[in-house]
Amino acid sequence: MIDYQFNTADLFFALPELFMVAAIALILLLDLFVSERFQNLTYYLTQSTLAITGYFAFNLIGESAVIFDGTFVLDTIGSYFKVFMMIFSIVALVYSRHYLSVHNLLKGEYFILSLLSVFGMMVMVSAHSMLTIYLGLEIMSLSLYTLIAIARDRAVAIEAALKYFVLGAIASGLLLYGMSMIYGITGSLDIGQIAAFATGANLISEQVLILNFGLVFLVIGIAFKFGAVPFHMWVPDVYQGAPTSVTMFLSTVPKIAATAMLVRLLIDGLGGLQAYWADLFMILAILSIGLGSLVALMQTNIKRLLAYSTISHIGFILLGFITGVVEGYGAAAFYVLAYVLMSLTAFGTIIVLNKQGFEADQIVDFRGLSKHSPWFALIMLFVMLSMAGVPPFIGFYSKLFILQQVISAGYIYLAVAAVVFAVISAYYYLQIIKTMYFDDTEKEVTVTAPMDMRIILSINGALILVLGLMPSYWMELAISLF
Amino acid sequence: MIALSDYLILSAIVFCIGLAGIFINRTNIILLLMCVELILAAVNTNFIAFSYYSSDVTGQIFVFFILTVAAAEVAIGLAILTLMYRNRGSIDVDVTNSLKG
Repeated sequence: MIDYQFNTADLFFALPELFMVAAIALILLLDLFVSERFQNLTYYLTQSTLAITGYFAFNLIGESAVIFDGTFVLDTIGSYFKVFMMIFSIVALVYSRHYLSVHNLLKGEYFILSLLSVFGMMVMVSAHSMLTIYLGLEIMSLSLYTLIAIARDRAVAIEAALKYFVLGAIASGLLLYGMSMIYGITGSLDIGQIAAFATGANLISEQVLILNFGLVFLVIGIAFKFGAVPFHMWVPDVYQGAPTSVTMFLSTVPKIAATAMLVRLLIDGLGGLQAYWADLFMILAILSIGLGSLVALMQTNIKRLLAYSTISHIGFILLGFITGVVEGYGAAAFYVLAYVLMSLTAFGTIIVLNKQGFEADQIVDFRGLSKHSPWFALIMLFVMLSMAGVPPFIGFYSKLFILQQVISAGYIYLAVAAVVFAVISAYYYLQIIKTMYFDDTEKEVTVTAPMDMRIILSINGALILVLGLMPSYWMELAISLF
Repeated sequence: MIALSDYLILSAIVFCIGLAGIFINRTNIILLLMCVELILAAVNTNFIAFSYYSSDVTGQIFVFFILTVAAAEVAIGLAILTLMYRNRGSIDVDVTNSLKG
């Protein structure tokens, strides 16, 4: 450890992160001094920072290196995840801007906090030490708590922020306790050295026991961050209480980061114990799919409904990891990206209905949408069919790949249960479609969203269909990440 | 000589007190913050004990980071608490139950 030498050339491999943190500092200062005169400066600077960071990450695809004394890793999965995170964040911020401006929340802090949380996610994605994972996680979470509380005079938003804060802090505590156990038995924080220890042939049973003890806490921490049952209590409340734009951000990009954390800790680090954590994941996955599908049936608030739908999608993602083969991990990564695309579109369509002083968050707000705005009703139809798993949309293929892998790994009963619950969940997705197309309302539904949001939302909705027409290319890409 | 296991038992007890405090506590939100601090203190004890007995300094460095992050976390927690008080006029746990379904 002492003989570590700092090498300036290493900085090149961390270029996206370094650029981003410098840009955040600059935007923070600029926002303080010039935001009075140039209203949208912070927004445009934020978007260009995300775009440039994504470009840097894209250029680093194919490179791989472990730098900074083994705390930071650059590899293919990390670079791809970063590129996707940047793209999805840009889209999410375009949608957020409309929401914020109609609800008088348009402030520079919002964009800076979003950037900071994306930075934390990038650190998580590239972490190669438990220390970096923890720091990335906290940078992300602390920014997200503050983002929820940005609607300072909405009591429900503050309550959501408080719940997320307390449960997030418990999750971090459990994760840290697990990390301390793993550190104690392996004597290292480095993921590579932990992996070498966990796959070692001459482990005595006491060592395996302590590793498993730590592992359980790590799995609980990860399940908390994902929102898997039985650690899902915060998800519906936070989704409902937070401002819709924050809910959208919360339900999309951090899920990619949570997947990266799972990959780093459990596959790269404790891959030798796959048989043990797969058992835990089986319980989490099937409970999540079941509860997510059943409880969503009774919801009238669309944000809360999407929260339960998220829980059930998370169950499918976790199913991919129990297979223990590269194809299964690839299917899970594909599912995460497909889910993020669908979720962005769903929340984008909700935000499009928001007007000055009008918060669209009930299912009844979608009544008669097909008459007043057939285009956005069609996009919502795409999303709902895709989430329900109807071909040829991307949501069908993501479920199909997961189920293929689960069956070929021999868990036929899990696949059967997952399909049964997926069919049940189709009911509430179809109910929204019915509300849009067959229910009438006297209330005039007008769409006041700006042109950039309409165009991007249309592209987003079209991608759900178009990407579903060529799924094998994306699936091969996802498998090549592992 | 205090053995490693003594430290681990102590930290496990503190950890359980913190965790139980969060779930049993039905009165005040500030108590929740204190329980979170207890959990982190237990983790710190673990790290330092392991670090000392394996003569490896990285565990102690981790503790420095945990302390720093905990300070930031409490700052944000108290800020949210202030907003809560301003909106609801109370910081009881019982008033934080308007979100249900």
